Amino acid sequence: MSTNHPLETALPPRFRRPSLFTCAIVLVFLALFIQGAMATNVTLERLLRGIVNLGHFLGRAFPPDLSNLDVLAWSMFETLNIAIVGVTIGIILSLPFALLAARNTAPTPWVRTITRFIVSTMRTIPDLIWALIFVVAVGLGPMAGVLAIIMDTIGFAARFFSERIEEVHPGPSEALSATGAGKLSVIGGAILPETLASMTATSLYSVEKALRSAVTLGLVGAGGIGVELAAAMRLFNFDRALTIILLILVVVIGFEQLSSQIRKRVI
Amino acid sequence: MNAITITELHKYYATLHVLRGLNLSVTQGECVILLGANGCGKSTLMRCLNGLAPHDQGSIHILGEPLTRLSPAKLRRLRQKIGVVFQQFNLVQNVSVFQNVLYGALGQQRLGLLTSLSCFASNELRERAMAALERVGLAHKAQADCRALSGGQQQRVAIARTLMQDAEIIIADEPVASLDPKAGREIMDLLLDVVTERGMTVLCTLHQLELAQQYGDRIVGMKAGRIVLDVPRQQVAMDDMQHLYQGETRVDQPPLSTTPRLTPATH
Ligand SMILES: Nc1ncnc2c1ncn2[C@@H]1O[C@H](COP(=O)(O)OP(=O)(O)O)[C@@H](O)[C@H]1O
Ligand SMILES: [Mg+2]
Repeated sequence: MSTNHPLETALPPRFRRPSLFTCAIVLVFLALFIQGAMATNVTLERLLRGIVNLGHFLGRAFPPDLSNLDVLAWSMFETLNIAIVGVTIGIILSLPFALLAARNTAPTPWVRTITRFIVSTMRTIPDLIWALIFVVAVGLGPMAGVLAIIMDTIGFAARFFSERIEEVHPGPSEALSATGAGKLSVIGGAILPETLASMTATSLYSVEKALRSAVTLGLVGAGGIGVELAAAMRLFNFDRALTIILLILVVVIGFEQLSSQIRKRVI
Repeated sequence: MNAITITELHKYYATLHVLRGLNLSVTQGECVILLGANGCGKSTLMRCLNGLAPHDQGSIHILGEPLTRLSPAKLRRLRQKIGVVFQQFNLVQNVSVFQNVLYGALGQQRLGLLTSLSCFASNELRERAMAALERVGLAHKAQADCRALSGGQQQRVAIARTLMQDAEIIIADEPVASLDPKAGREIMDLLLDVVTERGMTVLCTLHQLELAQQYGDRIVGMKAGRIVLDVPRQQVAMDDMQHLYQGETRVDQPPLSTTPRLTPATH
């Protein structure tokens, strides 16, 4: 087909004028950005001073303090424990939450609304704040960390699980209903198997996420390696802090590698 | 006794009047082919018959029992007596072929899924499932993944599932529409063989004239939500059948529209 002859219809314009709404959003955002940049005192001079300070930190951090490694190893192990226990319980609890929150498995609409509200509350409150709350409730130590991770995991995993459940192809569930199966049998027999692969991937990601949060939870006293890190920083033991940071790096990266290997096998 | 009795059945989807006063009775052991163009309401009728879609007016009696206002438990018991074969097979992915056949027993088992899972099912149940698979000629695929099967094989597994169900009535909704002609014929042969063996009643929808001329005892023709033809297969006139595909065949066409003449599907 050639286009040598003149076209009857005009070509669409290359650019379209942005809508008034878009312009307004961009303007508001720009104003907020400029105001924010001024309020937070981002100046070149302070940035330079920061770099110099960082130099001091690194100077005093090297060589890393390798004494008492066994103590650090134990707190790292505690962090792993917090992450694994918290994420396991969290994922197990996510499943009923997800089933109650998904349109096609919720028993009644109001149960669904309430469950979704609870789950989104769990997600909206950051893990550090959950940890602060639980430190108040159950005291300093790993238990507060485990509880915080449970909340964080449910908020994240239950939402993804329920979205996946809503996307599931209705045919197989209908086929099982048609044999006279009850609702629970249909969920267990058709919906769960069809969503298993994607739920496993989400769960593995939750484990990675939980490990990273378990490290920081210690900063507010919820147990694990973070407690050591906070102490070292506060006492200006930068060489020890560096050891801890390197240790965290090694464990987290190692774990992510492991998890992506598992994910490749599963999917 | 009649296996299925339908009187003055009406069904709406929101404002769409799909079933417009159907009357039909099927005696036990009879094989009825329901013929009609796409969109005339065949699938809707099938879904009403086992309560997957509730009807709005009129009544349905299955084996003498009315379908309206049944308690969930009674509805489940009624569904056990009706095996359904779907166009899209509706097997559960990620579980084995054998497990899919076992799912046919979900309704009969008092504990539902628990005693229908391959690992917990009784020996008797497992043997019945294997016998059903042998009957459809797929015993060697028992451990296979459903995705590895051809369409025809998947439909055989679905038939084995209804055999497992020990149903008295089989409802098949375009069981061969997604298959090539050869596989389609094989499935129709198999379906009619097993129902004759077990003395089951069959209501099978088709939209191909050629197939309808070769199977079943009686041909019922549907057009735009009404039954317009009901004759023994031996006496059916080609003209009457072709008439089903001409003029207003769909229920979602605006009335009195000038739609192009549809030619009967010839695939
Ligand atoms: N779940 C549903 N919700 C709304 N409309 C539907 C639904 N199922 C079917 N319909 C409509 O009902 C009409 C009849 O469809 P269907 O019974 O599937 O016809 P057939 O099986 O004869 O092709 C179609 O217009 C279709 O769009
Ligand atoms: Mg259909």
